[in-house]
Amino acid sequence: MSLSHDDVRHIAKLARLSLSEEEVALFAGQLTSILGYVDMLREVDTTGVEATAQATGLNNVFRPDELRAEPLAEPDALLATSPLPITDHQIETPSAHG
Amino acid sequence: MTALHSLTIAQANDGLKAKTFSAAELMQACIDRAEAVDGKLNAIVHKNFDRALEEAKKADDKGDFSSPLAGIPYLAKDVYCEEGVPTTACSNVLREKTYVPPFDSTTTKRLKAAGAISIGKANTDEFTMGASTETSCYGPTRNPWDTTRVAGGSSGGSAAGVAADECLFALGTDTGGSIRQPAGFCNVAGIRPTYGRTSRFGVLSMASSLDTIGPICRTAEDMAIVLEAISGKDPLDATTGDVPVPAYRSLLTGNVKGLKIGIPQEYFIPGMNQEVEGAVRAAAEVLKGLGASITEISLPHTKYATPAYYVLCPSEVSSNMARYDGIRYGHTAKDADSLIHYYEQARSGGFGKEVKRRIMVGTYALSAGYFDAYYRQAQRVRTLIRRDFEEAFKTVDIILSPVSPTPAFTVGAHENDPVAMYLEDIFLDGQVMAGIPALSTPCGFSASGLPIGLQIMGPQWGEATILNAAHAYEKATDWTSKKPNL
Repeated sequence: MSLSHDDVRHIAKLARLSLSEEEVALFAGQLTSILGYVDMLREVDTTGVEATAQATGLNNVFRPDELRAEPLAEPDALLATSPLPITDHQIETPSAHG
Repeated sequence: MTALHSLTIAQANDGLKAKTFSAAELMQACIDRAEAVDGKLNAIVHKNFDRALEEAKKADDKGDFSSPLAGIPYLAKDVYCEEGVPTTACSNVLREKTYVPPFDSTTTKRLKAAGAISIGKANTDEFTMGASTETSCYGPTRNPWDTTRVAGGSSGGSAAGVAADECLFALGTDTGGSIRQPAGFCNVAGIRPTYGRTSRFGVLSMASSLDTIGPICRTAEDMAIVLEAISGKDPLDATTGDVPVPAYRSLLTGNVKGLKIGIPQEYFIPGMNQEVEGAVRAAAEVLKGLGASITEISLPHTKYATPAYYVLCPSEVSSNMARYDGIRYGHTAKDADSLIHYYEQARSGGFGKEVKRRIMVGTYALSAGYFDAYYRQAQRVRTLIRRDFEEAFKTVDIILSPVSPTPAFTVGAHENDPVAMYLEDIFLDGQVMAGIPALSTPCGFSASGLPIGLQIMGPQWGEATILNAAHAYEKATDWTSKKPNL
């Protein structure tokens, strides 16, 4: 399974990464060899085997829908970690519309 | 008298209780040692020495050393959020506008409650992706036993810091061997607990179904002390198990009479490094001499663990790295002409090559048309690996193996070969797939003086058994007392 430069550009777009032409060429080769390595999994007959998503058998771990007594952090302290301007306790993001 | 910075946690606590020395003296000794040697090692990426010394003085004022961790200096891998301390995952994504968390991870919070004092953040591969601490934006961590070689990864800073006596213990994370491998390369001990034994809250996620939180220490007793303090169900991490925390330290009897040890044939590959194989088999003989019995066993799906890991891990990585979009934190982009362009520029400008590779492998494996062939297949193989271990633990109590195929490799050795770096993990991914605990403890040196690690695996929630086996082995040998020449 060999990845073409177009394959790499497509994956990069899905992953919201922008790559230079050099990186596209480098990654096409490296990703091909990584996928070549993991292809060994095809040898395993997994008919009838269920998938493991979580190793310790937990599911549907709930808690009561109640407010915590103490907040883990203040909203303004959390907003302060943003690199973008904060206005009115909100992060000003670049426009989605250009 | 042993230098204060070389003490184990247990020894330090005895000394503090007896007032042989103060917490401030202990802390100063570690700080002085770190100032003296870290320039050669690059284990510490964010120093918090002033605050640590203040905390140590407060501990002396309080005078209560009933907790074994009171006043004990430690390093936290640079993925553990500590309130007010830079936490960057050693990535340019969080370095540009340095991320300073306004909250503590559950683990550092529990350690704080037990009295332990963080002296700073330890170097790691970027977002813990790597086996050598070479992908860190702060440069590699060097092995204290040979500074031309890597300390291992991704918890290389944590392992080197403990090995070089810059602190008495460290926190690491193990997703695909990242506690065990650097511990093995640096002649220290580290444990990957059962998935869900410890809380991942407040630790920058890599692969959410595979990440574990654990300590790197000098001895099994010290690992037991730290593990006891940090384990237990956490409402902030829904994947933690509702399983009581045993008194790990008091369960260390050192008695292994009747312990059944399995030696898995698939971990002893023809042509493997003779020194590594020799050291591990000799360790098995030591335990046999103490009354344990040895059986050859088979874990048939062993060779599929690493490929399964390198499908599942990147898949979960691609999901976890999506949050680094330059909005709530992180690297920004200046000249983006749209939101999507902003995301692309911010992410690409911040992430290093290994992170990009894993994001892309994961994105591919999860994308339409490939999901069944890659992700679903890997999850099914994961079940088969888990069953191999369940089957084995019906007849044996613990399983021994090497930690790494060779001792520490040189810096740059795998620079252009990502798959060769992935193969460093071949003995360390089966346990990850199965969610079982495993530790690494020193078991010897190569002829050239490089440490060799012994891996001890146990059944889920079986930390007490593997810690006790490590403790017994340690008492019968002398590897953990050896120090590098720095």
